[in-house]
Amino acid sequence: MTTVTRRAAHVARRGLGGLAVLWAAATIAYAALLLAPGDTVDAIIGDGLDTPRIRAEIIAEWGLDRPEIVQYLDYLGRLLHGDLGRSYLLQRGVGEVLASQLPSTAALAVAAALTGVTLALALALVTAGRRTAFRSRLRALTGTAELVAVSVPPFLIGIVLLSVFSFRLGWFPVAGDRGLASLVLPALALGIPVAGVLGQVLREGLERAVEEPFALTARSRGITERALVARHALRHALLPAVTLTGWFTGLLLGGAVIVEAVYGRPGIGQIAVQAVDSRDMPVVMAVILFSAVVYVVVSSLVDLAYLVVDPRLRESR
Amino acid sequence: MTVVKEHTPPLTGSPRPRGAARLGDLPFGAIASAALLAVVVVAAVAPGLLTRADPLAADPLRALAPPGGAHWFGTDHLGRDVLARVVHGAGHSLSIGAGAVLVAVGVGLLLGVLAGLAPRLLDEALSRAFDTLATFPDVMLALLVIAILGPGTGNVILAIGLAQIPNYARVIRAQTFVVRRSGYVEQAVTFGLAWPRLVLRHVLPNALGPLPVLATIGLGQAVIAASGLSFLGMGPQPPSPEWGTMLAEARNYLRVAWWQAFFPGVAVTLTVICLTATGRRLQRRFEGRRS
Repeated sequence: MTTVTRRAAHVARRGLGGLAVLWAAATIAYAALLLAPGDTVDAIIGDGLDTPRIRAEIIAEWGLDRPEIVQYLDYLGRLLHGDLGRSYLLQRGVGEVLASQLPSTAALAVAAALTGVTLALALALVTAGRRTAFRSRLRALTGTAELVAVSVPPFLIGIVLLSVFSFRLGWFPVAGDRGLASLVLPALALGIPVAGVLGQVLREGLERAVEEPFALTARSRGITERALVARHALRHALLPAVTLTGWFTGLLLGGAVIVEAVYGRPGIGQIAVQAVDSRDMPVVMAVILFSAVVYVVVSSLVDLAYLVVDPRLRESR
Repeated sequence: MTVVKEHTPPLTGSPRPRGAARLGDLPFGAIASAALLAVVVVAAVAPGLLTRADPLAADPLRALAPPGGAHWFGTDHLGRDVLARVVHGAGHSLSIGAGAVLVAVGVGLLLGVLAGLAPRLLDEALSRAFDTLATFPDVMLALLVIAILGPGTGNVILAIGLAQIPNYARVIRAQTFVVRRSGYVEQAVTFGLAWPRLVLRHVLPNALGPLPVLATIGLGQAVIAASGLSFLGMGPQPPSPEWGTMLAEARNYLRVAWWQAFFPGVAVTLTVICLTATGRRLQRRFEGRRS
C-alpha cells in the first residue's frame, strides 16, 4: 500500500470509529429516555391543561403509541436529518435552543482553553532546562501551584475570583454575558484547572526530552538551553499533552456547566442544568449527544494533529 | 480466605521491608497531609469531638456574624454555626466520595477482570463500552443519571461512580491481561488448578496492585465532582451541611460574608490536596517497587 492510501484508510477507520461512538451515545441517550420515570405525556403537559382529549392529541402528535423500537429508529432517523426533537418545556426545537446558547459556551470554552494552554506553556518554559538552584526552587513552587490548581473545584476558583475581583475590587461584572469583560473571570476559573494538569504533563515531558540523546547532539552543536527547549524539546513534550486533549475537552465542557452556574452566564450548561431540574429529557439527550459530537470531532482532529507533531508516525502508519 | 498468604510472589519479592517507612524519613508534606486527612476522617466519623454546636440550629438574630469568640468560623445567613457545618459536612462529602469510589471500583474490578480473562470478542466489546463511557465528560454523564433518577445523595454517588468506572476497569483489565500470561499463572494452569481458584488466588490478588493509588486519587476527584454537583443543587438538599451545598448558599452572600464561603471552600480544597498528594506519593513508591 502506498502512503496515501494507507493514510486514507486510517482516516476512514477513524471516521467509522467516531460514527460508532456517536451511535452508542444516541442509544444511551434514548435508553435514558426510556429509563426516566414518569409518563412522557405528563412531562409534555407539565402544568398545562390535562384532559383525555389533549392526552390523545399529544400521543398522536409525538407518535408515542408506536412500539419502542420503532420510536428508537425514528429518533435515529431524525438525528441523521439534524432534527434533535422538541423541548417538552420550552416548546421550541432543541436544535434551536442549543444553537442560541452555543456561542456563549463556545466563547467560554475557547477562552478557557487559551488561558490554560498559555499559563501551562509559560510555566513549563520558565522552569524547563538545566537544574540551577533558582530553577529548582521555582519548580517546587510551580509543582505546588499545580497541585492546588488540580485540587480546587472549578466552581470554587470561580467563587474566589468573583469575591476578589468583582465584589472587592469591582473590576469585572458580577454576572451575565456582556462582552469581553464578563468573559475574563469565567475563563480563568475554567482555565486554571486545565493549566494545572497540562503544566504537569508538559513539564514532565520537557524534563524527559532534555535528557534524550538528540538533546545532547543539539547541545554539542552549541545551541543555547532556551533554543533547545523551544525548538526541540517542546515538540516532544507536546505529544503526551496532545493525548490528553479529549480529556481536556471533557473538563472544559463539564466545567462550563458549573462555571456558567457560578457566574449566571447563559450557555449550554445553564440549559442542561435547567433541563435536568425539570426532567426535560429531549434537551438532556441533546446536550449529551452534543458533548459526544464535540469529543469525537476534537479527538479525530487531534489524531490527525499527531501526524503533524510527530513525523515518526507518518512512516509507521 | 488464604488469599493474603499468596500476595507476594516469592521470586520477585523485594528485600525492602514492606509497610510504612519510619516517621523521621517522611517529608513534612506527607506528615501534614496524613494529619489533615486524619482530622477530616475524625470530623466525618465523630463530628461531636470537634464541635459541640448543632449544624442545623438556626438563630436569625445572629445571622452573618463574622468569625469570633462564640463562632470561630462565623455564622451563615440563617445564623447557623459555620464551624459546625464544615465539620459535619465532612461526613456528607466524604461518604459521597467514598461511595462513588466503591461503586466505580466494584463495577470496574468486575468488568475489568472479566475483560482481561474473556475471549477476544467479549474483551473487545467491553473495551469499546469503556471507551464510549469515557467519551462523556463526567459532569454530563452525572447530569444524565440525575435527570433519570432525580437529585439526592444516593443518586449523586451512582452518577459519579458510573462516570469513574472506565478509569478502574481499563487499568484492571490491562493488569489482568499481564498477570494471566505470566509464568506462575501458566504453571498453575499446568498443575491443573480449577479456574475459579486460579482467578481468585493467583490472578486477582496480583492484578490489584495499582488499585490503592488509583482509588486515593479517584477519591479526591470524586469529592470535587460531588461538591460540584451539590453546588448545582443536585446532591444533598439544604439544610444538609454538605460542602458544595454550603458553597451554593454562600454564593449569594459573598459581598457581605466571605467566611460563609471561605471555610467550606478551604475544607474541600485541603481535603482534595491531601488526597491527591498522598495518592501521588503512593504512586511513586509503587512505581519504584515495580521497576
